[in-house]
Amino acid sequence: MKFIGKSIFIGTVAVGMIGVAQARDQIRIVGSSTVYPFASYVAEEFGATTSYPTPVIESTGSGGGMRLFCNGVGDDTPDITNSSRRMKISEFERCAENGVTDITEAFIGFDGIAFAQSAENDPMPVTREQIFKAVAAKVPVDGELVDNPYTNWQQIDDSLPDREIVIVGPPTTSGTRDSFEELVLEAASEEFPEYGGEAYSDVRTDGGWVDGGENDNLIVQRLTQDRTAFGVFGYSFLEENSNALIGSTIDGVEATPQTIASGDYPVARSMFFYLKNQHGEEVPAMYEYADLFMSEQMFGDMGYLKGIGLIPAHEEAREKAREQVASRAKLEKAELE
Amino acid sequence: MSQSLDEITLQLKRRHRQSRLMKWLSMGALGLAGLFLVFFFTDMLMKGLPAFQQAQIQVKAHYSEQASKMPPAAVDEDIRDLVSRGWLRLIPRQIQDQPKLLGTTRTEWVLADGQVDQYLKDHPNRLSEDARARVDEMVAQGRAELRFNLRFFTSGDSKMPELAGIMAAALGTVWTMLVTLVIAFPIGVMTAIYLEEFAPDNRLTQLIEININNLAAIPSILFGLLGLAIFINFFGVPRSTPLVGGMTLALMTLPVIIIATRTALRSVPDSIRHAAFGVGCSRWQVVRDHVLPLAMPGIMTGSIIGLAQAMGETAPLIIVGMVAFIPDVGGTITDAATVLPAQVFTWSGEPDRAFVEKTAGGIVVLLAVLIALNATAVLLRRKFERRW
Repeated sequence: MKFIGKSIFIGTVAVGMIGVAQARDQIRIVGSSTVYPFASYVAEEFGATTSYPTPVIESTGSGGGMRLFCNGVGDDTPDITNSSRRMKISEFERCAENGVTDITEAFIGFDGIAFAQSAENDPMPVTREQIFKAVAAKVPVDGELVDNPYTNWQQIDDSLPDREIVIVGPPTTSGTRDSFEELVLEAASEEFPEYGGEAYSDVRTDGGWVDGGENDNLIVQRLTQDRTAFGVFGYSFLEENSNALIGSTIDGVEATPQTIASGDYPVARSMFFYLKNQHGEEVPAMYEYADLFMSEQMFGDMGYLKGIGLIPAHEEAREKAREQVASRAKLEKAELE
Repeated sequence: MSQSLDEITLQLKRRHRQSRLMKWLSMGALGLAGLFLVFFFTDMLMKGLPAFQQAQIQVKAHYSEQASKMPPAAVDEDIRDLVSRGWLRLIPRQIQDQPKLLGTTRTEWVLADGQVDQYLKDHPNRLSEDARARVDEMVAQGRAELRFNLRFFTSGDSKMPELAGIMAAALGTVWTMLVTLVIAFPIGVMTAIYLEEFAPDNRLTQLIEININNLAAIPSILFGLLGLAIFINFFGVPRSTPLVGGMTLALMTLPVIIIATRTALRSVPDSIRHAAFGVGCSRWQVVRDHVLPLAMPGIMTGSIIGLAQAMGETAPLIIVGMVAFIPDVGGTITDAATVLPAQVFTWSGEPDRAFVEKTAGGIVVLLAVLIALNATAVLLRRKFERRW
């Protein structure tokens, strides 16, 4: 048959191409979806301005990235993993078990989450506990967990205004949502004895919380049209729309680049990536990529990454992080404890 | 016992009314489906067509010593924020590649910044009042305009909307589909031939048949998990490559091809087989020379439809790592790649407003390819179809 003959021919050609697969100068990166926009920006710049191919970056989430990263040493494991939190000790141990013993940590800056509303309203300071009560699916009332009964902010606390609860936030697929759940909902739920110390992060589905889509801009637009609504989104969007929106102070702290970088603002976290030094000889490009990432033009005060939402660390912290990468400092278990 | 004429007339009237009603209802359903389609297409075209145009501006580019170190120095300060950084960052390499350029100043049309592009298209943008005034002035002087966006078809993905294109994804799709075809077509056709022409009809073959029909109805994401477990974890096929993506999609396409081929084989009348046996052909000769050629149009149609289905698939590819950021065009089936629907998915999640039109533009291209494929399938069927 002609058709079969042809397909066998194409098949042979295709298999032939596998044979000429190139030596590895392409870096493989996995990890956090929060770090992803910054990493892919640097990766593109790296691909365009050097003779190396653009690194492949997959957005797998911090935990998923650590799992792949710690699978072992060798061609089929990633060289770098991005993370929106520090490596956990359990992950470090799993890495070590699988032979990934030489890891360098690179600290790249901060990410803050804003809780904001239309600027036509009066400012409304909130606490994490109040946000939790407005957002969670089940809340404690008189020592028992019940379906969230609150429809108005005033029902939660007398100090809050008489205003319907509408919160527009990112969907579950978003990294911002992960941070919000972790830093607000889980943190607050641990304070309530009703949950038995367990982290609770289920979001109500009766209309008080509205998934606003992956695009933070859509949430911003919604807030300018709907004065009742509050929004949860990346801090950089609040900064860009400061004429139309005002952020709420959370636990009494206003979101500013300073409070986020100092850790005073509670809904902020550090971002990292981890380098597998054992791949250094085989994939030398990964250090050039790391150096580009840690350069002032990228993660510095005036760097490009700031333009797309990164909150740069203080100068000394940046200097220290850069030094750590340059010297390929080996991450020790004691540092994570 | 006979009915009166009146009763019969009445009954007839009722039946006619019923049939008219059903006709109107069916036409209404068709109309509604058509309306949805028209609405979807116009919406996509309206949003997507601007993606095929891109703003360019005319600048004096100074290929100076300073520019080779600090690319922004290559253009005058008053338009520095209007040109694309994607063009600026390539200047040092350009000078390196062509030393002749050094020290010259040329008047060139270059890519404008994404915000300028959005402003010229009257879309929401973050350009400052002052920058808008400068762009307006350049337009009046004929130094800024929207031109055909060739780059959209020749480059890969980018974080800068003005640079982003679909070529990397389109090529990824081609490679992936090629792998799928090479694996699924021969295996599928041979399986169907065995089951239809050679296999005895017993419990075992019946069991196989039921399982194949079941496979065709399995949610596609499960094939992704299977691909991850077998191809990547067990056989060590590199992640994110068209090779592993194509193999995974081949698993998904196999049942479709098998079922289509069996139907096509079954539609070849037995008289043809009997005649061939009658002149002394062996079983394989009968299949190869008589049954298969007659069934080929049906097999092709089924395979093309199966491929078109696989082409629009993203879910299993997420699992095998093909939904990634890929700015580099080209390569082989073992280079990391993404596919068209995955590219559309990636763009739809970009925060920058300018990606809205890219998303719709990508959908327009994907739809055009799918319509072309399905039209080929219909044409093949029309051309070679035989009635017995």
